[in-house]
Amino acid sequence: MITTEIKKRFPILDQEVNGHPLVYLDSAATSQKPDVVIEAVKRYYENDNSNVHRGVHTLGNRATDEYEGARQKVADFINASSVQEVIFTRGTTTSINLVAQSYGRANVSEGDEIVITMMEHHSNIIPWQQLAKETGATLKYVDLEDDGTLSLDKVRETITDKTKIVSVMYVSNVLGTKNPIKEIAEIAHQHGAVMVVDGAQAAPHLKVDVQDLDCDFFAFSGHKMCAPTGIGVLYGKKALLEDMEPVEFGGEMIDFVGLYESTWKELPWKFEGGTPIIAGAIGLGAAIDFLQEIGLDNIDRHEKHLAAYAMEKMSEIDGLTIYGPADPDLRAGIVTFNLDGVHPHDVATVLDMNGIAVRAGHHCAQPLMKRLDATATARASFYVYNTEEDVDRLADGLRIAKEYFSDVIH
Amino acid sequence: MSSINLDQLYRRVIMDHYKNPRNKGELSDGGLTIDMNNPTCGDRIHLTMQVEDGIVKDAKFDGEGCSISMASASMMTQAIKGKSVGDAVKMSKSFSDMMLGKDLDDSLDLGDIEALSGVSQFPARIKCATLAWKAMEKGVGDDVNPN
Repeated sequence: MITTEIKKRFPILDQEVNGHPLVYLDSAATSQKPDVVIEAVKRYYENDNSNVHRGVHTLGNRATDEYEGARQKVADFINASSVQEVIFTRGTTTSINLVAQSYGRANVSEGDEIVITMMEHHSNIIPWQQLAKETGATLKYVDLEDDGTLSLDKVRETITDKTKIVSVMYVSNVLGTKNPIKEIAEIAHQHGAVMVVDGAQAAPHLKVDVQDLDCDFFAFSGHKMCAPTGIGVLYGKKALLEDMEPVEFGGEMIDFVGLYESTWKELPWKFEGGTPIIAGAIGLGAAIDFLQEIGLDNIDRHEKHLAAYAMEKMSEIDGLTIYGPADPDLRAGIVTFNLDGVHPHDVATVLDMNGIAVRAGHHCAQPLMKRLDATATARASFYVYNTEEDVDRLADGLRIAKEYFSDVIH
Repeated sequence: MSSINLDQLYRRVIMDHYKNPRNKGELSDGGLTIDMNNPTCGDRIHLTMQVEDGIVKDAKFDGEGCSISMASASMMTQAIKGKSVGDAVKMSKSFSDMMLGKDLDDSLDLGDIEALSGVSQFPARIKCATLAWKAMEKGVGDDVNPN
């Protein structure tokens, strides 16, 4: 059971913005950080800061233990079969680029296909566009259904024996749709393709089991799940990662360096060139402990409830369109909307003046916006610290926006 | 209560330009064409201008965006018509200064456009207001300096 007590664990939420208590509804962009994460990073810098994997001294050992301890927490969190399958990156974007540049360049050639969907975030479009251009492969899109879901029939029609990579987001950052990753992975595998999952909006909110999903790669970011910015994860199946070449070369990732040839460390370190984001990884470890203490199933249920409550409250407002599946069971805690006659930027400004933070724009998903025939939308996204009261404030704020603009416009 | 008030942003004259945009559309007879986006939010403007002997004879805009970006485009096209390219660019600089909250040069009368001065208190919206002006500067810049 998630109570309002959890909000108190997030110091930033205890403030007024423009004269109103802050209601933060932009967690899909980045989440706020609980006290334990802030303390973990502070404690590391105050007590243990040192470089990892090199010092003989005590601080070096402590930093290494904490950094590698965080990796173990990540492995357990997503149920990876080995800690060697967890690579620390800068975030989801870096993780997907690593797959495209390493696995992609080695395994995709002219005439091959890469399959993604119309709902992807730019970070799961552009790396594949670039790979397709570079290799002469074809980039194919699975279209959406009108209710904002993916149809497995269309997935089956799009993936062929020429398909080498299928890459799909687990949860849509715009529509909130939860996609049937396990089923899509199965179809990809039937055709000999690998399955890449953009888990940026999933890992913070629902229980992820990479073995059950049977995905080949899974990418996510720390900052959307209570951890600091700058830390992310790429999970990959060990057999695939072992055959892959690093994309960044330099310190930390080498085994032996000669004048003209060098060899790489074993997994996962061969992919972690340079001094890693040590404090970020430790912060991510603390965030995972925090989320697991609450329970991912509880978080999922809480957000689904808030999204359903928001959809109910918002549907009472005339002229308000909600995008994505109408069935709350098909979606996560993201509600994207437009208020008729009022541009989403203007909606967001009025809400901000009432202390409510929402996102307005194209949400880094321009092809999807085009598909929805919307140039921009506003988005409220919920997390563990949001409450029904926050939703009520949002609904009140939307009424204020509507009234304000009807006064000024008409 | 907050010291910043929505009415400082959404002045009546701005909303009038948003609701009844002046010079909306496209000039049919060639001239200068500029397309510009605000990639962070998706606002977009399509500006066409007819410049003869260093004078902006006509200007029209089309596009999609919030009230601030569209009202600003409407006001901008109205303001530059009949002006020399040099004066139009000077107005644009003056507009940018206004967005930064700087005092305005008294010799330039921005007229209705001064209603947009409130935008300076909403930093996230400054790029909305300056989009049309940037497009205009780009257009006449290309014209004045073909290289």
